[in-house]
Formats: sequence, C-alpha cells, structure tokens
Amino acid sequence: MKGHNLLVRLVIPILALVLGGTLVFAILDLAAAPVDLRGMVAARMAVSGVTHPVTAVLLNFRGYDTLLEVAVLLLALLGILAVLRPVATTPVSRPGLPVLETLAGMAVPLMVLVAGYLLWAGAHRPGGAFQAGAVLAAAGVLLHLAGRLPAWVSPPMFLRLGLGFGFLVFLTVAALLLAEGALLRYPPAHAGVLILLIESGLTLSLGLILAGLYLVLAPPPRREDGGGEESGAP
Amino acid sequence: MSGAFDILLALALLWSAWRTLTTQDLGRAVVMFIVFGLLMTLAWARLDAPDIALAEAAIGAGLTGALLLDALGHLGRKGGRRRP
Repeated sequence: MKGHNLLVRLVIPILALVLGGTLVFAILDLAAAPVDLRGMVAARMAVSGVTHPVTAVLLNFRGYDTLLEVAVLLLALLGILAVLRPVATTPVSRPGLPVLETLAGMAVPLMVLVAGYLLWAGAHRPGGAFQAGAVLAAAGVLLHLAGRLPAWVSPPMFLRLGLGFGFLVFLTVAALLLAEGALLRYPPAHAGVLILLIESGLTLSLGLILAGLYLVLAPPPRREDGGGEESGAP
Repeated sequence: MSGAFDILLALALLWSAWRTLTTQDLGRAVVMFIVFGLLMTLAWARLDAPDIALAEAAIGAGLTGALLLDALGHLGRKGGRRRP
C-alpha cells in the first residue's frame, strides 16, 4: 500500500510536468493565424449594425455560437429543475436583517438601472446581454437574501416562459432569417434593431436563468427533513 | 511603475489560486476564490479586455462566489464537516 502510494506520488507529478511542458511547447510552436481576423472584423464593422467589435462578433459574425451558448445555459437550469425533487412545504422567505433589507431596497433599483445601461452600452462600448443579465441575477439573489423574494420551488408558467423567452426570440429571428437565405445573416439595414431586440430578450432570460441557478437550489428555510419530503408534491 | 504592478498582480493571482486549492478551511477557500476572481478582473482590465473583465467580475467573482457560499451553507447545515 505504501509503495503504491509512493508510485502514485511520483508518477502523477511527472505526468503533469510532461503534459505542462507539451502544452507550453505547443503554444510556443503555434503557427501564426493564416487569416487576419482583426482586419476582417474591422473591414465589416459598417454592416454589423453596432460599433463595438466584441458585440459585432458575438451577436452578428458568430451569432450561431451565442445562440448555442444560451441554449446550454437554459439546458443547465432545466436539468436542475428536472433533478430537483419538489418540496411539499411552501417556501416562506425568512425575515431579512434590517441592514440587508435597507441595502437591498437601495441597491436593487440601481442594479436594474445598471443592467439597462449595460444592455444599451453593448452596441458601442463594453457591455452587453451577458453582463446585464448577470447584474439582474445578482439583484435577484440580493432580494432573496434580504427576504423579499422566495425561492422557486416549482416555477409558475410565466417564470418558465421568461426563462425561455430570450432563446425563443433569438431562435425566431434566426428562423426568419433562414427563410431569407442564411442563418443569422442580418440585413445590414436592420442589423442594429435586430441585435438590440435579441439582446433585450437575452438580458431578461439570462438574468432569470442565472438567478434561477441560485434560487432554485436555495431550499425553503426551516424545512422538516425526512417526513415532509417523502409526501412530495403530486 | 505599471510593470511592477503587473508583476505584483501576477504573483497575487498565483498566491490566491494556491491558497484556494490548499487551504483546509472551506469557507476560507471560497473567500480566496472570490479574491482570485477580483484579481483576475484587474488582470483582464490590464490586458485591455474590458468586456471579459466585466463578465469575470459579474459572473466569475460575484455569482459563482454567491453560489459557492450558498453551497457552503448547505454543507454546514448537514453537519459542518470540513475537507480532510
């Protein structure tokens, strides 16, 4: 047993070192990119509908990747909802600490404002749907911690619709554009409006999804372990 | 001046990553992870990548940190066991 442990302790670091060395060598040996991506993006900025190159790449030139990324996030939350056993007791959020409640009351409106700004700013400077959605989600988590927002034991229909809304808007735009010719190739005249539409939907849904990762897992406080859980929801 | 700052930042990143992985106390590990995320935000900002810096601050440090703290609360309720 001792010898086995020693072997493991010797072999694993050596393998890790070999792997690390190979990776460093591979990076140093990497050939220069055969295409000038930066130049290509800069050359096509005029037809992208936005003026910030990162947003242009995420929502226009590589919109398909972003579409799938949102689908993955949605699937992650659906997985949690599917695995989670519903709890019989209705969740009552605990009364928050007075300081936390006051802080939440002051911070949450500002956070919603910041999320709106980040969404709007995404067109011409750093910002965008993912960051705005994360700020919205953080506002939701803060409200939950302050005792103003109960955990989601089984999300009602409008909440489920909200979770999928951004993805559905994105998918609808993609499907309509597919009828025009190619997937997610926006007509330059309407690119800006379409991107803003998609990003607004995504901000709402990403905020709900990211907050859901926290709120769905958060159990109702003072839950009876054992007996209450077995009876379950119908 | 900025060179010294970058070197300090890189050292602090390595240090916080090492502390996150090796500390025995789970609560301290989570706090060090959040510290790592905030330092990483600074690093992205220094690399002129404000988009990634924003995402890192909001998702990497903020939301993941909150989730980890929440998970820690669950673990604590079940008996307060620490990593051996």
